Amino acid sequence: MLNNISFGQYYPVQSVVHRMDARVKILLSILFIVAVFFVQTYLGYVVIFLLLVTMIAVSHVKLKSILKSIKGVIFLIVFTAVLNLIFTQSGNTLWAWWIFRLTDEGVRFTAMMALRLLFLVMGTSILTLTTTPIELTDGLESLMTPLKWIKFPVHDVAVIMSIALRFIPTLMEETDKIMMAQKARGADFESGNIFKRIKALVPIIIPLFVSAFRRAEELSFAMDARCYNSSSKRTRYRKMSLGFRDFAASFVVIVCFLAVLTLTYGWLDRFGLVWLGW
Amino acid sequence: MSIVVEHLNFTYMPDTPYAKTALKDINLTINEGELFGIIGATGSGKSTLIQHFNGLIKATEGRIKVFDIDLSVKKPDYKRLRATVGLVFQYPEYQLFDETVKADVGFGPRNLGLSKDEIDTRVREAISLVGLNYDDIAEKSPFDLSGGQKRRVAIAGVIAMQPKVLVLDEPTAGLDPKGKKDILRLILSLRKASPTVIIISHDMDEIAGIADRIAVLDKGEVKYVLPPKELFDKAEELSELGLDVPETVKIYKELKKRGIVLPDMPVRKSELARLIFERFKGGRG
Repeated sequence: MLNNISFGQYYPVQSVVHRMDARVKILLSILFIVAVFFVQTYLGYVVIFLLLVTMIAVSHVKLKSILKSIKGVIFLIVFTAVLNLIFTQSGNTLWAWWIFRLTDEGVRFTAMMALRLLFLVMGTSILTLTTTPIELTDGLESLMTPLKWIKFPVHDVAVIMSIALRFIPTLMEETDKIMMAQKARGADFESGNIFKRIKALVPIIIPLFVSAFRRAEELSFAMDARCYNSSSKRTRYRKMSLGFRDFAASFVVIVCFLAVLTLTYGWLDRFGLVWLGW
Repeated sequence: MSIVVEHLNFTYMPDTPYAKTALKDINLTINEGELFGIIGATGSGKSTLIQHFNGLIKATEGRIKVFDIDLSVKKPDYKRLRATVGLVFQYPEYQLFDETVKADVGFGPRNLGLSKDEIDTRVREAISLVGLNYDDIAEKSPFDLSGGQKRRVAIAGVIAMQPKVLVLDEPTAGLDPKGKKDILRLILSLRKASPTVIIISHDMDEIAGIADRIAVLDKGEVKYVLPPKELFDKAEELSELGLDVPETVKIYKELKKRGIVLPDMPVRKSELARLIFERFKGGRG
């Protein structure tokens, strides 16, 4: 039952996207997010959509797994859509009832916003589906290196992050086990009102916390026993290096990003039209 | 017949890249009043199998019947099922959560919706059944107990539901030799209350002396279901599956190789001692 939390679950297949440098993937994902926020025109949406389709196709991740990541935010998307529909009052009235008034502008805006959120979640889930948590933290650590200049403990943060990521599946497994054990003792998590259900979680949460603390303690002892200390300079087991695929992917994403900006700000209208011979 | 399993198949996370077949075409019948052992190497599907017995996981294919409760239907009567089959997980002390031992042991009976008096009696009974003193321990926090005591309290929590079948997953894991012996003795003493017992183990010595029949699991398949003595005749086949025979059987076989044939294959230490004693009683060699 806990297996369907897809966000951040690595999808183990071979693809160009999987082999890309994690740092590049992170940066390109950020660029993708920014682009999604800047889209204003229909053509811009088409560009983003094509980029997304290409990414999904190249990554060899099943569409089903990507759609699964939407499931978690579907409520948010629907909720904002409803609010947008109700509160956008400019434009021509399409339909009115009591205090509600739907406008063509509102419908357009709502659809665009919902699409944006969808693209956002799908795009970022490609990052987490094709990159192992270890690669992700390594990549983040490498990207945060400049922060060392302002005495930011980059390495410590990276270690904390990788430990946290490392223990998510462990704790999920543990939760599953405890849940099963309490179910075997007749516990019921699936019926009753919300308060009853929250109360039903106590027999899971307490053993889970106890075990998390126990694990934390054991881990810190184990690290101490191996003389772990964060200030020493370490070499890496996995070396990150840029390859042709990273440059190619960057090129494609940056072109799309520029295309979106160009469309949004109408740069073509100002001087590009002549240049393109339109 | 307390539990009947027919053509059971189970796959973890089907239709994903992580899909893994855990159980393949399992057929088993566990008789009422039997002490049934399940052994197998790590990852052979032992735990997955017993989780089917009280409906914690649903079979991908196949039929399971526990007494008159059919688990293959869409919505089996889970409450009655869990009152019938008591499942003690591996390291059960990690599930303790309540403020007092009394409240924790009472968790199962409370979930069954019993009356307050009934819960009270059951908790008292269960705690003394596992060999603890109710008055000493009832108001203590379960987290203040020793490891062995915690395990007993956890077992009491399942016994308090008064199941007809008691299933234990590696009940002696992580205990010292004395603790192991105590828990095994406890399990045998519990048979008065719940006569059918299923024990998972990977320790042959532990299970050989007490089980009526033993099922051997390998990579999700049942290889053998035999009484201990017949099973340990297949020492070579077992070692191929990564399993060992009990020490007593090893000694029996070594003696046989050296020309000393005992009349019977012993599965308990006391039995071995008796056989050797009888063999040599008459005179030398």
